[in-house]
Amino acid sequence: MDLILDGFATALTPENLLFAALGVLLGTAVGVLPGIGPAMTLALLLPVTYSVGADSAIIMFAGIYYGGMYGGSTTSILLNTPGESSSVITAIEGNKMAKAGRAAQALATAAIGSFVAGSIATVLLWIVTPWVADIVVTLGSPSYFALMVLALFAVTAVLGSSKLRGFIALFLGLAVGLVGTSTGQARLTFGQPLLADGIDIVVVAVALFAIGEALWVAAHLRRKPLEIIPVGQPWMSKDDWRRSWKPWLRGTAFGFPFGALPAGGAELPTFLSYATEKRLTRHPEEFGKGAIEGVAGPEAANNASAAGTLVPLLALGLPTTATAAIMLVALQGYGFQTGPTLMDDHPDLVWGLLASLFVANALLLVLNLPMAPLWAKLLRIPRPYLYAGILFFASLGAYSVNFQAFDLALLLVIGTLGFFMRRFGIPVLPLIIGVILGPKLEEQLTTALQISEGDVSTLWSEPVAVVVYVVIALVLVAMTAAGLRRPAESTPTPADDKEMIER
Amino acid sequence: MHASRTKASALVALLTVLALAMVASGCGVTRGSDDPSNRRLRMMIPNSVGGGYDLTGRAAARAMEENDLTGRFEITNVQGASGTVAMQRLVNEKGADDLMMIMGLGVVGAVYTNKSSATPLKMTPIARLVEEQEGILVPADSPFKTIDDLVAAWKKDPGGLTVGGGSSNGGPDHLFPMQLADTIGVDPKKVNYISYDGGGPLTTALLGAKIDVGMSGLGEFEGQIEDGKLRVLAVSGAERLEGVDAPTLTESGVDLVFTNWRGVLAPPGISDEQRAYLTDLLTEMHDTPEWKEALEANGWSDNFATGKEFEDFLSEQNARVADTLKELGLA
Repeated sequence: MDLILDGFATALTPENLLFAALGVLLGTAVGVLPGIGPAMTLALLLPVTYSVGADSAIIMFAGIYYGGMYGGSTTSILLNTPGESSSVITAIEGNKMAKAGRAAQALATAAIGSFVAGSIATVLLWIVTPWVADIVVTLGSPSYFALMVLALFAVTAVLGSSKLRGFIALFLGLAVGLVGTSTGQARLTFGQPLLADGIDIVVVAVALFAIGEALWVAAHLRRKPLEIIPVGQPWMSKDDWRRSWKPWLRGTAFGFPFGALPAGGAELPTFLSYATEKRLTRHPEEFGKGAIEGVAGPEAANNASAAGTLVPLLALGLPTTATAAIMLVALQGYGFQTGPTLMDDHPDLVWGLLASLFVANALLLVLNLPMAPLWAKLLRIPRPYLYAGILFFASLGAYSVNFQAFDLALLLVIGTLGFFMRRFGIPVLPLIIGVILGPKLEEQLTTALQISEGDVSTLWSEPVAVVVYVVIALVLVAMTAAGLRRPAESTPTPADDKEMIER
Repeated sequence: MHASRTKASALVALLTVLALAMVASGCGVTRGSDDPSNRRLRMMIPNSVGGGYDLTGRAAARAMEENDLTGRFEITNVQGASGTVAMQRLVNEKGADDLMMIMGLGVVGAVYTNKSSATPLKMTPIARLVEEQEGILVPADSPFKTIDDLVAAWKKDPGGLTVGGGSSNGGPDHLFPMQLADTIGVDPKKVNYISYDGGGPLTTALLGAKIDVGMSGLGEFEGQIEDGKLRVLAVSGAERLEGVDAPTLTESGVDLVFTNWRGVLAPPGISDEQRAYLTDLLTEMHDTPEWKEALEANGWSDNFATGKEFEDFLSEQNARVADTLKELGLA
């Protein structure tokens, strides 16, 4: 307990508070810009920070990290342009809410959800970090493969009203995910070295969402009367609160463990959270049209996973994301021996960091909540200008990922695909899931089989894997039973089809 | 893994664009001026911000800038296909007299595995800067106590020993076990090499004892080694590594010296004068205290070489890498 208080004493000195605020602002800014992530910002700031104290620098980095996670959601919601891969899912419902005049509520539930999730996750971090670390490394590729299968299984929840169209989208996504080098062989790269590392998920998401939609709007601008985006009330209503708090908690429950797992990542929990909320909601008719649960859950999940990432980093010196890797480089630059002994050797630094995460989280809420209604006004810009802005922003983001004109061509091609998917009523979400999951699934499968020299039984050789498969089987049985009782539910109605084409 | 790749160079890119815009509009004294501190050079880095090439390149640029050997550097991270994309760009910049590119053993290998025509021998070699030894790592409770144990087990069951590394095929962590296997009489084709996405995932696999042995540069494993969670069986250089309690391969009776090195290339077709200018610049850089500090801080060994020495080294390495990869059917 003393350690925590000491940690707060470190974090709350005026100087460190200032660094935390600076970090949070910077982080939000780079999170908002697609293509620029917290990892790169940290790397570029590294040489600068060696002139300030270690604790101040690390505290600022924590602010950037959390701020980046938060900032990514703002453009997702307002402009349908996700800045980070972990906020792709937020765009699905978030942007629909914004279009319905509920941008302020979407931003608010994202901000408060991030705060709640970040705070709970930071407390969990305090509690579990010392003893959970040795457990997470026992999970190998078979367990991760099982988790990916579970996630793939959850895709069925988001296929949309037409299963056929949903599967078309999913397989398109898996096909895009096949591009790149696998086990040393170039695949579907068409002799183009720029494709050797695969297609970046941010480019795919920005193209499908932003470019596809801009083309769609442009194609219909003259034929349809201009819809004025209604201006709703600026704050969350009682009903919004009631519908948000459970998704926040469930999102945290997904996000933290996935973050703590070395190969868990931040995208998977956001997607699982979304699928769960869609199944559990009392307002299934709103999903696809702007359901607040679909924003609250994934946003909580990505922030909780950001905190979870610090478990292996602090307990074992294991960086599991690019951002964590650079924080590790920074710690080493200050002469700290990172690794299992960091917590024992430098408790003041570790607890200062943990306390500052809390402070960063609170600062984010204070900074961003009053901004939500202001941001929401952005949508009142006349549509031709608004979409011109979105196109500029999307292209800038895609270009700055790698400073390659090639990515712009990619953006345009996938954007055109997005346009035709809208035209034929094919949902975008399963495609995105396919792009995220496909390569991960393959990587874990090949690693597992390579280690076992091709013995398939390795896939259920770890307890976690077995548990996950049992869960999948149980859900499958439950779904089949429910399906037999109410067979009519899955049949698409003409109204559903119309709605699909509309979007 | 797609998600873990950093979205590199964006901020640099933006700043560069801004800088270019300012240069264009201001039309100030830039390229070609006699005053060295006004001279603007570009540096290309073939991987992400924070990676090995990036740290080397930025440290070198900083040492040159701080000592006013040259003006500000424009640093661009050109990612893709483990450096192949950057090499292609260097070829495209034929004759450009203001560009240098950081590269190393991994790029030499990647050019082959990606079947690219932009080979290092086409470029203008400038200097070799640093080298890093590879280490052979096992988890604390591994049955392998010495390198001999490992060699014996490997010979007995070549495919049954799982070897992990932090680089993809053609990278140093892949080339090293292949050459090691070849040296001790194990068919490299039978080596069960598992590629991890850098040091972090490799550490996880080793700590969880998912693989039998890991081969990698030791920088990212210091904490684990010190704590006794990982054990170093041998290091790959000609001499022992300071601070690491492990023999070299040659001491242990394995006749192999292998180091991962990094150096600087310029585009093809530059004038002799320009080549001499860049060589002198890096030679001066090599003597600065900032560079010595960077070597120390990052645990790099100094193996500076220029001119004919580096040129010969480069073609020797190129041939060696080509042999190894051709034998494996990867080139």
